[in-house]
Amino acid sequence: MGASGSIIDLFAWGGDGWTRPLLTGLGVTMACACIGYVLGVVLGLAVAFAKLGSNRWLGAAATLYTTLLRGVPPLLVIFLLFFGTNGALMWVARGFGYTGYIEVDAFTVGVMAVAFVSAAYSSEVFRGAHAAIPVGQFEAYTALGLRPFAGLWTVIIPQMFRLALPGLGNVWIMAIKETTLLSVISLAELMRVVGVAGRTTGQPFIFYGVAALVYLVLVAISSRAFHALETRMRWA
Amino acid sequence: MDLETALHVATELAGAIWVTLALAAVTLPFGLILAGLATWARRSRYRALRGVASAYVLAFRSIPLLVQIFVLYYGLSQFAWLRASPAWIVLKDPFACAVIAMSVCAGAYTAEVMRGGLAAVPQGAIEAARALGLSKFKTFLLVTIPIAIRRALPAYSNEIVVTLKSTSLACTITVMELTGVAKDLMSQTFAVIEVFCMVALIYLLINMVLIFLLRLVERWLTPPYQRKPMFASARRAVAKRLSAEAVSQKG
Repeated sequence: MGASGSIIDLFAWGGDGWTRPLLTGLGVTMACACIGYVLGVVLGLAVAFAKLGSNRWLGAAATLYTTLLRGVPPLLVIFLLFFGTNGALMWVARGFGYTGYIEVDAFTVGVMAVAFVSAAYSSEVFRGAHAAIPVGQFEAYTALGLRPFAGLWTVIIPQMFRLALPGLGNVWIMAIKETTLLSVISLAELMRVVGVAGRTTGQPFIFYGVAALVYLVLVAISSRAFHALETRMRWA
Repeated sequence: MDLETALHVATELAGAIWVTLALAAVTLPFGLILAGLATWARRSRYRALRGVASAYVLAFRSIPLLVQIFVLYYGLSQFAWLRASPAWIVLKDPFACAVIAMSVCAGAYTAEVMRGGLAAVPQGAIEAARALGLSKFKTFLLVTIPIAIRRALPAYSNEIVVTLKSTSLACTITVMELTGVAKDLMSQTFAVIEVFCMVALIYLLINMVLIFLLRLVERWLTPPYQRKPMFASARRAVAKRLSAEAVSQKG
């Protein structure tokens, strides 16, 4: 394990080089973040409307959900899902008469964790966006004869997305950062690969440094992209 | 969950609360000091200093905290000269590593909060103070800082909650705080939901107490004529319900 001159060998493409495993890890990270984020935003929209709606019990449940998921460390949520989903699914399956063993893999747990946490944060973002829409818009679609659901879908929600864009950008960056925590449940995403690489080669500093740079670049690109999107949508 | 496991879980968690609180209590002051330095440097007249401070804030807000902790705890052990140096006494200790990494990260986030607070100070107040003959330093100390602190406090209480939640990452480097203990308990007792609910309740309670204390500080810093009564919205709701009941009883 010579330290000098070996950096090129470390990051060689084929053979014992680590570039390919690192890229695979990055792929898993991005897949987990993307799927979890999209599911989270959809769920967040539903939770936001549950909070805004007239049903008191639904509203209370939604408020409890956001308070809980925003007040508790994401790592704890990951542990809950990691240790809890198998049991919960088997319990449900037993109700249908299935008594076998069900196991959920780490990737699904990871996606669920990212989705649940992003849903809690994005629901608050959506609620803020809903509050920022002028009352005139609501009155306008009523005056045009649209039913509440149609008005919401065609008039209010598109505007909500525009107003929510900066907040949704923050939630996306948070989703990327949360995927790093999934290495503790041995999902082979970037952090896990980097840890293995550091242990095998005896050069953890270099590999964790690479991970830091990759995340820095990812976050920088993301915030640029969201800024560009905001300026484009401002006059839409 | 039977009574015996419940007691076992409760005692284990009670011990871990102190570790979490200790982590947060050490991290927050260090974070404040670092944030103060960064804010001062970002307002400095030397471009190099401003650049360094801005780079610090940008980098440490962008890189996930877990990566920072691992670089510090696992990454630095690669260097033999560091292991031989006296700094290793600190760097080999997981608690110290967690505190250092979290403080540096919290410092970067808090620097943004401070910048927001300073930007929210009305220019007119500063001009008024200068017109009254206060020196630049006195204006900063007596006018800018009190207003900025008051404006920054709501954002800072958010920051405290974030820091409290980030202490959970210390369990990845063997500091057994609440989340780490919860993980062990979940895998030992299989009472996953129960353990989760208890730990979640503890975190929420700590959050609530901290936020309440910060509200008190904010109120204390607000001049009396601007103060709003505490629990204004709750009081209004109760009053509304009472009056509604009175009306319905009359009718």
